[in-house]
Amino acid sequence: MTGASSWSFGEDDSRQITAILDEFLAQSSARTALIVDKAGQMVATVGETPTFDSTAFASLTAADFSANDQLAKMIGEAEFGSLFHQGEQESLYLADIAGRVILVVLFDTRTTLGLVKLRVKATVGSLNQVFTEMLNKDAPQAPRVETDFVDDAEDEIDRLFGG
Amino acid sequence: MSMINYASREINCKLVYYGPGLGGKTTNLEHVYQKVAPGSRGKMISLATETERTLFFDFLPVDLGTIRGFKTRFHLYTVPGQVYYNASRKLILKGVDGVVFVADSQIDRMEANIEAMQNLYDNMSEHGYDLTTIPFVIQYNKRDLPNAAPINDLQASLNPGWPVEEPSKMRPMPDPQHEGEFLIQQIEGQWIERVGYYEAVALNGEGVFDTLKALSKLVIKNLG
Repeated sequence: MTGASSWSFGEDDSRQITAILDEFLAQSSARTALIVDKAGQMVATVGETPTFDSTAFASLTAADFSANDQLAKMIGEAEFGSLFHQGEQESLYLADIAGRVILVVLFDTRTTLGLVKLRVKATVGSLNQVFTEMLNKDAPQAPRVETDFVDDAEDEIDRLFGG
Repeated sequence: MSMINYASREINCKLVYYGPGLGGKTTNLEHVYQKVAPGSRGKMISLATETERTLFFDFLPVDLGTIRGFKTRFHLYTVPGQVYYNASRKLILKGVDGVVFVADSQIDRMEANIEAMQNLYDNMSEHGYDLTTIPFVIQYNKRDLPNAAPINDLQASLNPGWPVEEPSKMRPMPDPQHEGEFLIQQIEGQWIERVGYYEAVALNGEGVFDTLKALSKLVIKNLG
């Protein structure tokens, strides 16, 4: 379709990922786990529903991770596999999954960075496996929508942006 | 890299406004923000310097609503115009579904336009994307200024076209926006394809939605 590769995220994929993240949240006492695509799109949210604007959050997470990726290269590292942002009450832990998405863990003072890091390791391993399989599965053909979708979307574009 | 999320029934498409510094990329987004119904757009995020120059990007999500059961959204991004922010420009192109090149029509900005266009091609190809196959339109902004270059000159420098390789595309395709002009035509025996262009005065909103509408339709068609 284009030079850029597309992918899809199905209900089975969602169930597998939710199960992995539910277990992680139970073991680590973290509040929420999010999966964000590296292009800046939210893929999944598990745990407490965040009160912030998740679309903006996903876009900034991807930018944060990409910027740090470049910083890593500048100092001679292939990548920073994970990032940690510490706040007074709330903190963030970010980890790369299969080079394609980012796991974001939101946690507060109910747990510690040590416990989160300890538990996240196995979770990253499981997620890597699931996402690698999922992305390979999509490789032969890009996801497509039905023709009616395109017609309806075009009408909606005319309505929203002026016909 | 549009992602179709069947689990949450969402489709998100990434549109990037590219171009030279002070060309009007952020102004395009600000106009969209002001004019689109508040229920259909999210918060606009600007990572800018103290002097309001874009440092990393501007971001504006626009909601198309639920179409055939899928919540469909366009994520609009701008890149920093200044060359020394090239690292961030490149990052924003990751996963792009469509590009608007916002050119500054002023004669003395021609060199900056050409440099930014070359930089766009280079950055796209570093990601492995081919600008001749992804949705792409050009906006000639600041048409109201007295020192605006003639459209023909801008077209010759920024939209000269590329040779058509595919035999099935080798037939004249009129430009629906400009009577008597063509998006695909034969010139001296060679079939050439150009991208659509739009004239704009982004500061007062002229041409902003024409450009966005054209690009978003190309992106949606590409999903089908």
